[in-house]
Amino acid sequence: MSLTGNTMNYSSDNDPAIQEFNTSKLLKNARKQAEDRNYKDFFICDVDSHHYETEALPEILQYMDDPVMRHLGLSAGNVGRAGLIPQAIGSQDMAGRVTRYAGRNKEIVPEEPHRDITLARRWMDAMGTDMACLFPTPMLLLATHPQVEVEVAMARAYNRWLSERILEEDNRLVSMVYLPMNEPHEAEKMIDEFAEKKGVVGFLSTGYLKRPVHDSANMRIYAKLEEHGMPLGFHAAYHWADTSLAQLNKFISVHALGFSFCNIIHMTNWVMNGMPERFPKLKTMWIESGLAWVPFLMQRLDNEYMMRTSDAPLLKKKPSDYMREMFYSTQPMELVDNREALEVTFKMINAESQLLYSSDYPHWDMDLPSTIYDLPFLDEKAKRSILGGNAQKLFNLDPVMSEWKLEANGKG
Amino acid sequence: MPERLLCTVSDLSDKTAKICEVDGVEIGVIRHKGDIVAYKNVCPHQGGPVCEGLKMPQVCVELDDQQRTLRQTFNEDELHFVCPWHGWEFKIATGEAVGDPKYKMKRYNVVERGGEVYVEV
Repeated sequence: MSLTGNTMNYSSDNDPAIQEFNTSKLLKNARKQAEDRNYKDFFICDVDSHHYETEALPEILQYMDDPVMRHLGLSAGNVGRAGLIPQAIGSQDMAGRVTRYAGRNKEIVPEEPHRDITLARRWMDAMGTDMACLFPTPMLLLATHPQVEVEVAMARAYNRWLSERILEEDNRLVSMVYLPMNEPHEAEKMIDEFAEKKGVVGFLSTGYLKRPVHDSANMRIYAKLEEHGMPLGFHAAYHWADTSLAQLNKFISVHALGFSFCNIIHMTNWVMNGMPERFPKLKTMWIESGLAWVPFLMQRLDNEYMMRTSDAPLLKKKPSDYMREMFYSTQPMELVDNREALEVTFKMINAESQLLYSSDYPHWDMDLPSTIYDLPFLDEKAKRSILGGNAQKLFNLDPVMSEWKLEANGKG
Repeated sequence: MPERLLCTVSDLSDKTAKICEVDGVEIGVIRHKGDIVAYKNVCPHQGGPVCEGLKMPQVCVELDDQQRTLRQTFNEDELHFVCPWHGWEFKIATGEAVGDPKYKMKRYNVVERGGEVYVEV
């Protein structure tokens, strides 16, 4: 039997589009946007960006306490990925159409600093981003691992590696580190271990959880975060095995709904169970669900709440009043033919103080700073707040400007 | 309309666009079905280098006489530029976005003369 090839080399290794790969070259048009829009004049912080931590899995496993689990990870056929981190089904790269996925392994970097730092700096410098909050990629689904002890061990090893190898080494990178919400007492220990580490600006709950966010077992986690003054991020993820999403047959469908659905579930539990009343000083940020879900949920919950206040006795005001005090990341912002809806959305969530720019780079649906900067209904002050000022306040950041901006301003 | 030299005809292929620069603007030029077409190398979505991405054929679905899905196919009569940043696809023949033709790549008129390729700017 002969194999059928791609007659035109669609996305094959020989395709000229990916024969060589360099992030700065791919993003040269982003750099032009940054220069044309004078991003040198203000601070930009990206609150949701990613690396592929599985590329560094052998390094990360050196930080794992359990030698048997470390051995499992290092001995598996593909460096332990399938054993320790759940694999997601789905063509993120659109069968090679988004070339940075296939090109990534070809990118040449110097020996120092760490490869992930070099790659991050290349896209940050291209986009005009000064500081970025870096998150893992496959580990966004770690909470769905059937073995909770694996989630805890991977989370601790990753957090230690991230802290020591990345955050300690680069002042422009920060992170909200992984919180194993499925094992609350371990999550509490994680907060104690990492809250004071350099570059740790908060903690992260990822994707679908085995226990709802309002479960009594979680209260000490929230109290501890409040004590440390650390924000809690809810980073959405899709989970195709979820019984509702399992009816969807296409990646575009499960991706479009799954990310928003994930945070709609968590937010509904969070608000209707009065978590903002129980932990009034705990700041929450809702990450990577786009923005359109927020007005939808505000309207749905308010409408039902006014008829059924007895169902939610801890609430002292409407659900939308709580939601308007929370923080949201921008990406993937719904941008096609919806300018009026977007403007209303920005008003409904008090975007000028509650919205924080995020790229999600290098993922396929990334957003550039121009998605905010070019909005005609925002004034310059609002643009700068969303692009950097709000993150500076929420994370209590000491802004570190990129070298090219300092040089452009004669301060390099 | 003033013309600017892009490249020679022998520089062109039908596999991948040649990227040329005119007054600081990158223009992608490619052979397509016997013609030479040229587009600005900036995606109307978020500004990606759209001419540098993959060239992909249209994806189609074949249905049977009862409207049941049989299989997906590639239609190599309709080729697309795929923006490497986000995957937006544009018909190489017209520059129109596959998802909504009101989004268009900026197209340049091409003049072929004496073995050289010019665009009107």
